[in-house]
Amino acid sequence: MTHKHAFPLSLLVAAFVGLTVYVWLFLHAESQIAVAALVAVAAVAVAAGRRWGFTRRFEEAALASPTLSRSLSLLSALALIAAFHDSHFVLLMLCAVLLYATACLGLTVQFGYSGVANFAGAAFFGIGSYATAVMAAHTQIPHLLVILLSGLIAAVIGSVLITPVLRTRGHYAALVTIAFGILFKTFLEVNDVLGGPQGLQVPGMQLFGHALNDGAPFGTADTSFYVSYALLSLGVFALVYALVSALERSWIGLSMDVVRTDETAAATFGLHIARWKVIAFTTGNFFAGIAGALYGLVSGFVAPNNFTFADSLLMLSIVILGGLGNIVGLLPAAMIVLVLPEKLQFIQEYRFLLFAALVIVILLFRPQGLLPRTTRIFFRGESSR
Amino acid sequence: MSEIGQYIFNGLMLGMIYAMVAVGFTLFFGVLDVIKFSHGDMLMVGAFAGLAASMGLTAAGLDAPWAQLLCVVLFAVGLTGLLGAGIARFLILPLHKAPPLNTLLATLMLGTVIREAVRLFYPDGSNPKPFPALLPTASVDLGGFALRVDNLMLLVAGLLAIGSVHFLITRTKLGMAIRAVAQDGETARLMGINFEAVVLLTFALGSGLAALAGIMNGLYYNEVNFSIGLLLGVIGFAAAILGGLGNLYGAILGGFLFASLQVLGSALLPALIPDVPSAYKDVFAFAAVIIFMAWKPTGLIAEKSSERV
Repeated sequence: MTHKHAFPLSLLVAAFVGLTVYVWLFLHAESQIAVAALVAVAAVAVAAGRRWGFTRRFEEAALASPTLSRSLSLLSALALIAAFHDSHFVLLMLCAVLLYATACLGLTVQFGYSGVANFAGAAFFGIGSYATAVMAAHTQIPHLLVILLSGLIAAVIGSVLITPVLRTRGHYAALVTIAFGILFKTFLEVNDVLGGPQGLQVPGMQLFGHALNDGAPFGTADTSFYVSYALLSLGVFALVYALVSALERSWIGLSMDVVRTDETAAATFGLHIARWKVIAFTTGNFFAGIAGALYGLVSGFVAPNNFTFADSLLMLSIVILGGLGNIVGLLPAAMIVLVLPEKLQFIQEYRFLLFAALVIVILLFRPQGLLPRTTRIFFRGESSR
Repeated sequence: MSEIGQYIFNGLMLGMIYAMVAVGFTLFFGVLDVIKFSHGDMLMVGAFAGLAASMGLTAAGLDAPWAQLLCVVLFAVGLTGLLGAGIARFLILPLHKAPPLNTLLATLMLGTVIREAVRLFYPDGSNPKPFPALLPTASVDLGGFALRVDNLMLLVAGLLAIGSVHFLITRTKLGMAIRAVAQDGETARLMGINFEAVVLLTFALGSGLAALAGIMNGLYYNEVNFSIGLLLGVIGFAAAILGGLGNLYGAILGGFLFASLQVLGSALLPALIPDVPSAYKDVFAFAAVIIFMAWKPTGLIAEKSSERV
């Protein structure tokens, strides 16, 4: 087990603490100069880490003890939520990051693992939100079940696209999802039943008889009611993350990878290509729907303008930026894409321009993304036989 | 009668613009097997370049509509053609060896960059801008239907543009080089064809055509908007696929087919289902595209590897 470049566990813990403190500082920073300085610090740290192999050893150590690093990241997230327990805005931002990252987990299953391009991520996210808005307002179904049902509805509506997506390939399939994304937004805008361009109000969430909007059932008087939502978002993200990483490690993920890399080879090995694509497409839409459902409940409001084609592209930027297929990279990428424009007010207006340009640069010069996906190793520590 | 005439004319005009965009998609797919998704936004750039040129000329005191129109078209087509060649040189060719979806994604993002750049950096670019009426506005009465001369001229101009591209592709030496590259890039190189130059020229040609379509669009609606590119890009792409990617006739057919779907949608939908507002026409058109893709995934005229462009 002992590695040549063994990375002491204490240092792993220290690295996580450092990262947490950094994110805390970043979310806390008020002035533009402080934010810019922190961004510069991160850039220098990453460059230095690359130069002296620190990032690689950190990754190896994290891979060597997955349980520990997962618990540590969960602890960091909890610590951040606790640190910002009285700030509505930061908690709302954390919710958005977590839920967008959850939707991007779904897109990763589709695009990163199985190679099914989905340019309508925001549409499926939106289906989840709208389904929740309608069900929470007009039915008595418990809200946790509503979230699950919304995910299922997104998956079912997505299955309408399965035939055209399966019968086509590459550009053709891309066109189908693009057309669907635009159709969805146009439909919402002209439709009166679902509120038209103004959208719908979503009632606050009820969890086991407790109304989350009434305030957190714990903590001090100044604890924001968004704490409960943030914890719930974290729970949903952690659950979906665990599912997706188990899926990636299993024969399912392996089959999906084969289908993506070489369809002919996959067929020769007896893999049913269409079946795997359907599974990936439906699973991904389900996750995006769940994330959208909770997002609707958190923001209390859904409107067609939140689910445009540009938002779908923003989601894909997160997936590409984080490193296509590497789900660890989704969180930092979502932070960069969602939080950075909020913090640096002057780029808020330019964010679509900036991130679109960033993705072009990444595709040109570093197509594997910021944190490239590593080959899965099934038998760690055993020498090959 | 007049209403039907209006619908038909509107459909023809839309079809012409769509066909011009679709021809661009099909040309690019022919020579490099790539989808350049920013193509719709090139149309928008063309329209804005034309608008800027027209405003500049008016400020300089050149008011004669014909001279202005000529300058506007030359400037817009030239600028957009250059931009198209530049995009091919610095984005499409470097990504040529990457997976095709990466190119699609990169050009989608490029479309966003162009759109946002115009919205943010063109003076007051986020609002719709009036496009100057540079054509005579007289109209001919055809049994209750007022046929406007300027619209007829636009239609003829579109026909001429598509016709000359067709002539260029099928009858000239450059066209032969383009067809050779489309058939087999490697062999074309062996035959002494300058691969990169042909690719760049093709992209300039397609982008110039899009710019012309953009000016036509502006003259027809008397308005340009930074966001028209996305929708026109999707529609042009859909039209190119409907007809069969890589096929010039298919692209033209697809353009008119899509326009007739849209016009039919807006004309017949309220008649068939009384409560449905005509605002659903885009929904109807895109739903039709999705259904069509499920039915005939590679378009009406199936793509044949030996017969591109």
